[in-house]
Amino acid sequence: MAEKLKALIIGPGNIGTDLLMKAQRSDWIEPVWMVGVEQSEGIQRAQGMGVKTSITGVDGVLEHIAADDIRIAFDATSAYAHAEHARKLNALGVIMVDLTPAAIGPFCVPPVNLAEHSASLTMNVNMVTCGGQATIPMVHAVSRVQSVAYGEIVATVGSKSVGPGTRKNIDEFTRTTSTAVAEIGGAKEGKAIIIINPAEPPLIMRDTVHCLVDEEPDRDAITQSVHEMVAEVQKYVPGYRLVNGPVFDDKRVSTYLEVEGLGDFLPKYAGNLDIMTAAGLRTAEMLAEEVSNGRFALPDRA
Amino acid sequence: MDLQGKKVTLHDMSLRDGMHARRHQISIDEMVSVASGLDEAGMPLIEVTHGDGLGGASVNYGFPAHSDEEYLAAVVPKMKQAKISVLHVPGIGTLDHIRMADDHGASTIRIATHCTEADISEQHICMGRDLSMDTVGFLMMAHMVDEQQFLTQALLMESYGANCIYCTDSAGYMLPDEVTQKISTLRAGLQAETEIGFHGHHNLAMGVANSLAAIEAGANRIDGSVAGLGAGAGNTPLEVLCAVLHRMGAQDGVDLYKVMDVAEDLVVPMMDQPIRVDRDSLTLGYAGVYSSFLLFAKRAGEKYGISARDLLVELGRRGTVGGQEDMIEDLALTMSTEKS
Repeated sequence: MAEKLKALIIGPGNIGTDLLMKAQRSDWIEPVWMVGVEQSEGIQRAQGMGVKTSITGVDGVLEHIAADDIRIAFDATSAYAHAEHARKLNALGVIMVDLTPAAIGPFCVPPVNLAEHSASLTMNVNMVTCGGQATIPMVHAVSRVQSVAYGEIVATVGSKSVGPGTRKNIDEFTRTTSTAVAEIGGAKEGKAIIIINPAEPPLIMRDTVHCLVDEEPDRDAITQSVHEMVAEVQKYVPGYRLVNGPVFDDKRVSTYLEVEGLGDFLPKYAGNLDIMTAAGLRTAEMLAEEVSNGRFALPDRA
Repeated sequence: MDLQGKKVTLHDMSLRDGMHARRHQISIDEMVSVASGLDEAGMPLIEVTHGDGLGGASVNYGFPAHSDEEYLAAVVPKMKQAKISVLHVPGIGTLDHIRMADDHGASTIRIATHCTEADISEQHICMGRDLSMDTVGFLMMAHMVDEQQFLTQALLMESYGANCIYCTDSAGYMLPDEVTQKISTLRAGLQAETEIGFHGHHNLAMGVANSLAAIEAGANRIDGSVAGLGAGAGNTPLEVLCAVLHRMGAQDGVDLYKVMDVAEDLVVPMMDQPIRVDRDSLTLGYAGVYSSFLLFAKRAGEKYGISARDLLVELGRRGTVGGQEDMIEDLALTMSTEKS
């Protein structure tokens, strides 16, 4: 077994905590620090899980980066805060896996383009949004069969699974997802809609993906491609399910999905957390694998 | 009930909520002609946007005949006294859309969220204030929470800078007592200078009665729609409300006969179907379902052989909220599979 790459997580909220739980099970990543800006429940949870904690933000851990050999930072704060975090940590040779919708670095949706990232690694990789992680694989499943003029996704998430960061950044969420539906999904134009539903018991994350294709849809090929892609996502999010579809209506191709989580931190309805944290962790693990087999050299440290 | 001398600002919805009933296909000519008629009648505020607000153009809600930008560019310059408002739902539209609306001369921005999710409106309300727009917080599906929870959400929007808060009965479910409770709780809890509004739907034929209850309890902005053109069984019919207000001696500054004529001569002829309380729109009000689901449920019901009423009741049971139009085909598919 190769030595694990050491990591810190910024943001002890829903996403950060869920990520910490998953990362502690990883064969490739070792979470060492949880970074917050105040004494909070999330910081206490992290302490209980045995990692070091900082309550003075990223500035509080900068002096420990070299000593603790931190190579990867997961940012689970907000789009507003991310740029500053990335600047400070990149300067110390830490690679950022960005779980905010800041989108400074290139987008990564693992079943669609993880391989491209492993071929050309950058210091900052952006995980789009939970809505993007859940739906872009489906847009790609259609666009790899035939050209998609327009891709539209509707992500509906339970109110309890949406933390204050996402709420403050709802516009970045919408815009970043739209951009990635086009760039990574492969649609000429992308549109994203997010809906927050407070029903009790909370609803499982559900997603609708509409593609308008340029030519008459090849129903068999698209149906097969969609099923293959669902299986691909299920490898890291087992509760990813196709509920209905693909439905064909003239040039519209629609799929209806449900994403149930593993129930690590929040209950299973919060599949939106799982698909984000699982994708972020998968990306970091890929990086660790590339380092381990010598295809990628980490930045030099004296 | 004594509304003598009360000042009421009427706000017409026929060109925005009415877009739902027209499947977002109102022509530029129709927009300009109705808006001009209302302007002439003294209507102070007229909303012009896709039915689902700025950026609503989509597969999910329907692509409109023209973009929000085209509608605004055509209507705003024609107004002599009326101000134009736009609706914006965070999660559907973005800040770019608000800038566009401001550039085209919209003077009121209404930021709409579900009644429990006000904290997603901060960016958008702040932008409205930064642009010096009349900035309204629009809390939808107000029947789904009690008045204290409702006030908590209203206070959030007020704290971001909204100068007016709406109690929005998106499902046309509320009865006058509930309106009274909610509006008086808002009036007692919000700052005195914050205006309060009420937006009704006529699914239980309570649009006018609810609006009166709202005014009595302290609301001064009331939404309605000429000839009722709006989602579900339509909005509070504005010419009717106007006539009632005039009889009660409230002051809305609107010429009743001119509004009647706009309703009869311009709006009724442009309806695709009569706007009335039929069994499906009645179901919306009875089961507490978002009014713009109506035509989607009728279409999906027809396509998949399910009764629209069964679909709407199930959507209500599942606690769906505004914007979840995508659930309708999904649910119809599931129900038709279960049936076979």
